[in-house]
Amino acid sequence: MSTPCRSYSYAELRPHFHDGMSILYGGFMAVGTPLGIVREILDSGVKDLTLIGNDTGSAGSGVGLLVANHRVKKVIASHIGMDPETGRQMIAGELEVDLVPQGTLAECIRCGGAGLGGFLTPTGVGTIVETGKTKLTFDGIEYLLERPIRADLAILKAHRADEKGNLIYQRAARNFNPVMAMAADFVVAEVDEIVPAGGLDPELIVTPGILVDALILAQER
Amino acid sequence: MDAKNLIASRVAQELKDGDVVNLGIGLPTLIPNYLQPGIRITLQSENGFLGLAPLTGDPLPNLCNAGGKPCGMVPGTAFFDSAMSFAIIRGGHVDVTVLGGLQVDQDANLANWMVPGKMVPGMGGAMDLVTGAKKVIIAMEHATKDGGAKILKRCDLPLTAAGKVHCIATELAFFRFLDGVLTLTETAPGVALAEIRAKTEADFAVSPDCHEMRLPA
Repeated sequence: MSTPCRSYSYAELRPHFHDGMSILYGGFMAVGTPLGIVREILDSGVKDLTLIGNDTGSAGSGVGLLVANHRVKKVIASHIGMDPETGRQMIAGELEVDLVPQGTLAECIRCGGAGLGGFLTPTGVGTIVETGKTKLTFDGIEYLLERPIRADLAILKAHRADEKGNLIYQRAARNFNPVMAMAADFVVAEVDEIVPAGGLDPELIVTPGILVDALILAQER
Repeated sequence: MDAKNLIASRVAQELKDGDVVNLGIGLPTLIPNYLQPGIRITLQSENGFLGLAPLTGDPLPNLCNAGGKPCGMVPGTAFFDSAMSFAIIRGGHVDVTVLGGLQVDQDANLANWMVPGKMVPGMGGAMDLVTGAKKVIIAMEHATKDGGAKILKRCDLPLTAAGKVHCIATELAFFRFLDGVLTLTETAPGVALAEIRAKTEADFAVSPDCHEMRLPA
């Protein structure tokens, strides 16, 4: 990672999009989802995407836009109930959906970025979530072995960045973003403001800039 | 008082001063309205903060609850990422979670996340909450809209977690799992044991101390 972090226009992201790619997207009900980047992915025409994030937004908001326009082959999420179109496509067999407990999803992504081969969680024991997974017992407690998740691209929303790509978030828009910043081959953050290096209190940085490959100043689209 | 408010007011009595609490969407969000004087709780919102409060005034950007709706926050709120949020939940740092239920059975199993072929919204944070919270309270109406039992011998919907429920609050009754046995400990005002038996499929014990709920006027 060179410094400073490169500032991109939306259009300059296009070479990083391709059919069949996997994308980690930040956000919880579209709060903390980089909506300008989602729009650019839509406009680029790429398809057969695997989307990995908490939920598919609500009725055409957030990544629901990509689902509604049939760009998505597979969704890995904890909840799709607020976007009826995701559910419709799943039941019609047009879209593959893996439902993963939210804490397990977050930790799988964390492992993917942290160089870990997996983790053991009690969540999902005795439910259909354990189907096909290795079960281990330690000290009388049963755990499921969950494997790491990584993707080709991570798209983040942060509030402020400095020129080195250091990020801080705003309120509940943080959610999955810092975890995903570690778990993709190319990481782009859409931000509300970019300040010179030294313009953010180093004690308050949430995501270190070495993890971020590209910054985009958010624009109304 | 309608069924939902009755249930919320009864569940509020289970909360102790200082508890860290995660409330599911819907009925459980009514519970803070019924906290007894002197009981201060901290609400955890699984999308990444401690300090959730009702919305007062204009919504702030990027502040929403776990249902994605605008909310407020208390002074001293702390924000964190989703991995930290669920480390808090799974790690036993949440004292109480209150969630709705589709079915609970006499082995303390809960089903509340899908109806195969009909409703498959996903489990969200429910499986982690039920697995990790120190106390799991299910707040739900006693029977289905068609009058079918929801407190069963054995759940037939896919489980959210096995053997993790501590209490069930309905508009008719309050049950606790005592030494693993589903036990009726309170009846709602004016509700006879016979009605509870008729609307409950599960086998349950009746506590020798079973009494009427003591609810606020």
